[in-house]
Amino acid sequence: MSKNIPKKDQKLSRREFFLTSTRSAGLLVLGGLVWSAYVDEASSSPLILRPPGAVEENDFLTKCIKCGLCVEACPFDTLLLAEPGSNKPIGTPYFIPREVPCYMCVDIPCVPICPTDALDESLVTQAGKLNINKADMGLAIIDEKACIAFWGIQCDACHRACPLIDEAITIEYKKNERTGKHSFLTPKVHPDVCTGCGLCERACITEKASIFVLPRELVTGYAGSHYIKGWDKNDEKRLINAKEIKTTTEISKRSPMDSLNDMGGLLDD
Amino acid sequence: MIREYKYLILRRFTQIGIMFLYMSANIWGLTILQGNLSSSLFLEFIPLSDPYAALQMLAAGTLLSVDLLIGVFIIVVFYGLFGGRAFCSWVCPINIVSDSSNYIRRKFGFNKIQKKQPASRNLRYYILGLSFIISFALGVTAFEAVSPISMVHRGLVFGMGFGWSAILIIFLFDLFVLKNGWCGHICPLGGFYSLIARFSLIKVDHNVDNCTACMKCKEVCPENQVLFMVNKESKLVLSGECTACARCIEVCDDDALNFSIRNLKGERK
Repeated sequence: MSKNIPKKDQKLSRREFFLTSTRSAGLLVLGGLVWSAYVDEASSSPLILRPPGAVEENDFLTKCIKCGLCVEACPFDTLLLAEPGSNKPIGTPYFIPREVPCYMCVDIPCVPICPTDALDESLVTQAGKLNINKADMGLAIIDEKACIAFWGIQCDACHRACPLIDEAITIEYKKNERTGKHSFLTPKVHPDVCTGCGLCERACITEKASIFVLPRELVTGYAGSHYIKGWDKNDEKRLINAKEIKTTTEISKRSPMDSLNDMGGLLDD
Repeated sequence: MIREYKYLILRRFTQIGIMFLYMSANIWGLTILQGNLSSSLFLEFIPLSDPYAALQMLAAGTLLSVDLLIGVFIIVVFYGLFGGRAFCSWVCPINIVSDSSNYIRRKFGFNKIQKKQPASRNLRYYILGLSFIISFALGVTAFEAVSPISMVHRGLVFGMGFGWSAILIIFLFDLFVLKNGWCGHICPLGGFYSLIARFSLIKVDHNVDNCTACMKCKEVCPENQVLFMVNKESKLVLSGECTACARCIEVCDDDALNFSIRNLKGERK
């Protein structure tokens, strides 16, 4: 800063003005890109499990103000707030079911306390009442290779631990051909009912859990809207307003027979 | 002796006291002040929310909940009408870090070997603008994802992780790279509070008749551009960049600086 004239009174030449503006703009772009690149990387963590009532992950990252009120409200210390260095979007709540699962409190204290509706009460409300069974934190998946029940050894730890026993996890019976006189009693997860609380993962007796919770988005497929279950009255209703889409390709311009018989230069050699 | 550090002691008391209340809410369930500086619940009832975080959420494209808006309103009214930029020097835990850097700079004479400050204090307003652009582009609250302030106050309550490095980075940056580097040049939260602090009622008042031009106030002030009137004219320190830390009042041996309530009708020019 010049000593005699205050900076704001100094006149810039036109050239200096353009150079300074360009430099500032350039530095802003530089800083902005570095910042964005970091934020974009740091805000992606597809394997993270969110508290009950969490809105869809992208919305959640926008809405969560990282205050930790849900973490404080949780009576079981299930919820954690991602620390710097944990490789999770910092300051956002998550839980590790193998360590402390969600114990599915009926009053769901973590949800109504959220100041920003990142944890949305309406997602865990049924008929005007909070209902933790509507929570969708993830979906339990079974590794049938590691689960000893699939070896023929009797274990129903996950089934017994499930708060929605016989609904979210049921036991299937199958003959054990190896011994010829025993049954396999194997667990089966019902995705429509499972809340992803992780009590099964916590209870699993294998060294590394053979039943574990993953974000539902990650472990579900989608058949596409063009399949319709003809045996399902409700699904068939989708046909009522369906419109025909007619596409023309190079081949379908002519009759199928002509197209098939056309050697199209194959025998030219 | 005590009188000389009256405000400094008070400020450390509020800074540490507020963090202590947050921590005791998480550790012992003491519900005076829950959450953290991003959003909290005072006495289990009154929401308080960071207005800058809320603006980023808005830029990222989400609707703000009622609880959040009430919390933001309370904070904006409090600082906008009374506190000014007092958040920075009376609440923010980073203030302790940057004050220590400043203290060491003064005591060991680092200010003498590095006189030139290679950055403009207006940088924070550009960063403030940039944070909204990035929030908008990525749909994530851009500053909240990288904020060392949040890392520290959240870390103190919920677990530090690598958050210690954020403290160290600011300490070293302020000490060796740029005087008042973080709080006075970069921090967009400080920039945000500077903008709303312009109109607050409590301001520092300079009485030129008592001033002996010792310039202790300018040396100790973390935003010394706001003290341009010292030894020139009697005037209120109106700039929103003043953090109301009151260090200038304490170091003044001549009673030339004091807190004053702004008289809106007959303002001294």
